[in-house]
Amino acid sequence: MSDYRVLPGPEHFLPPAAASMGIRLPNPGEAHINGVIVSEDKAYEEAARQFLMAKVPTIFPGPLVLWAWNEKAAKKATAVRHLFNTLKECAQAGQKPMLIPMPDYRPKYPKINPEVEINPNHPNLTIWHNKIDCCMFIGVHCHQANLSLKIIRGGTSCYTIAMCAQAGHEDAMLSFRDASVEKIMRLAETVKRLKGTVQLRSSTAKSGASN
Amino acid sequence: MSKERIQISEDLYDIMPSDYQDLVKSSTYGKEDRGWKDIGTSKELIEQHSLCAGCPESMAFRYILASLPNPEDTVMVGSTGCTSLVFPMVAVHNIHSLFGNQNAVASGLKRALSVRFPDRVKDVVVLAGDGATVDIGLDMTLQAWFRQEKFTTICFDNELYANTGGQESGLMQKGFVAKMAPVGKLFDKVRLPEIARESGCHYVVNCTVSKPSLVEKVIRNAVHIAREIGPTYLQLYTPCILEIGKNSMEGLQEMRDSEKPTERFAYKEYVSEPAKQLLAELSAKDKERKAAAKQLAGQASA
Repeated sequence: MSDYRVLPGPEHFLPPAAASMGIRLPNPGEAHINGVIVSEDKAYEEAARQFLMAKVPTIFPGPLVLWAWNEKAAKKATAVRHLFNTLKECAQAGQKPMLIPMPDYRPKYPKINPEVEINPNHPNLTIWHNKIDCCMFIGVHCHQANLSLKIIRGGTSCYTIAMCAQAGHEDAMLSFRDASVEKIMRLAETVKRLKGTVQLRSSTAKSGASN
Repeated sequence: MSKERIQISEDLYDIMPSDYQDLVKSSTYGKEDRGWKDIGTSKELIEQHSLCAGCPESMAFRYILASLPNPEDTVMVGSTGCTSLVFPMVAVHNIHSLFGNQNAVASGLKRALSVRFPDRVKDVVVLAGDGATVDIGLDMTLQAWFRQEKFTTICFDNELYANTGGQESGLMQKGFVAKMAPVGKLFDKVRLPEIARESGCHYVVNCTVSKPSLVEKVIRNAVHIAREIGPTYLQLYTPCILEIGKNSMEGLQEMRDSEKPTERFAYKEYVSEPAKQLLAELSAKDKERKAAAKQLAGQASA
């Protein structure tokens, strides 16, 4: 097993693809945390803790859930909204949950408005501008999610979570696979359950350490 | 596909940037009579663009995007140049090909779409500059026409390589001196519209983009003919005002001056016999549809 760990950055300008460092994807029923394969149960707890610890926990829904291209997508959108509402309900003083869309992948530099959207070609702008310290991608096509996750790891200290509908993302610090409405709802339940058990990260503490 | 398929998830509607909400609410996807007159009253398929102030290419882009008969099922293939700065801001599927390869990419794309979506009309439109169409990509341009590939090729002819500072191109006029072509062009402007006709294009037009109604007509004709019969080619004069020493507000006049009867962009059109027949059929159908709509409106108001 690789010694490399997928940790919050800033790693450096061009961080390696985690796959190239020996990080492998989880099997069905599993997830990974920092590149280490774990049970899904453990990942729910850790993801919920990261959300509750963050000053600006943020969900980035991508085109696959923003656009109602089928019934399943619309249901997932409802679940994403529920998760966001849960984050707001469970927010401690000083915490500001956000929901920022990634509507499509057209490169918008330099016209991106980081207040209202995130773009995979320069996701760091939105992260920096809104001081986001923990985020979750959902409904973003794999190749664009990988690109974004690498850029974020390279240039920011944001903790990244991928709620992936396929096989997961090595480049996220925590990745689920086979995302479904049920899994999103379960994450929301876990956040609710752990409310009050986790302290907000202090402003001086770094969310993690680079390799 | 129709506009009904382009919907935002209800639960996330409020967080979508207004551009996207406007596209869903008031763009002209799926509207049969869409055209340049929708500009100003509906959401355009081009957002802000990064072209120079007063650039005629930006006018051409707006007219073309307003005139495509089937934008929700159209894929545009572009090449490197000023146009590639605009495509990221366009709400129509597009591919940025390797410089000059655009007609080869479009050939494969059109064939693949025909196989993948046999029951749906899918249009492919190439939009590239004169360098990509006539110089570096001439081989791909001609071979696509020889093979009778069913897509439209649009050349934004600004008569030089504008994006890289003003080098000589095949479509530059004889004797023209550009910033990076100080000796002046030694041979005549390549007569690509004639070559297109001889290479098998069924509809060829050479004109400027000074008149939006004309651009609308030729775009619609070219796309319909390419869809049903074979390749079509439009050569549109979109002067680079910077490279020919004009001000922002002089682009339109430059085009008007260049389209006079004795000038190089005087309107020229070639329509093959099968294409003429198709246009006549389409025109008859259009008249019928409009008459029926008028009658229906009359009944409703009565």
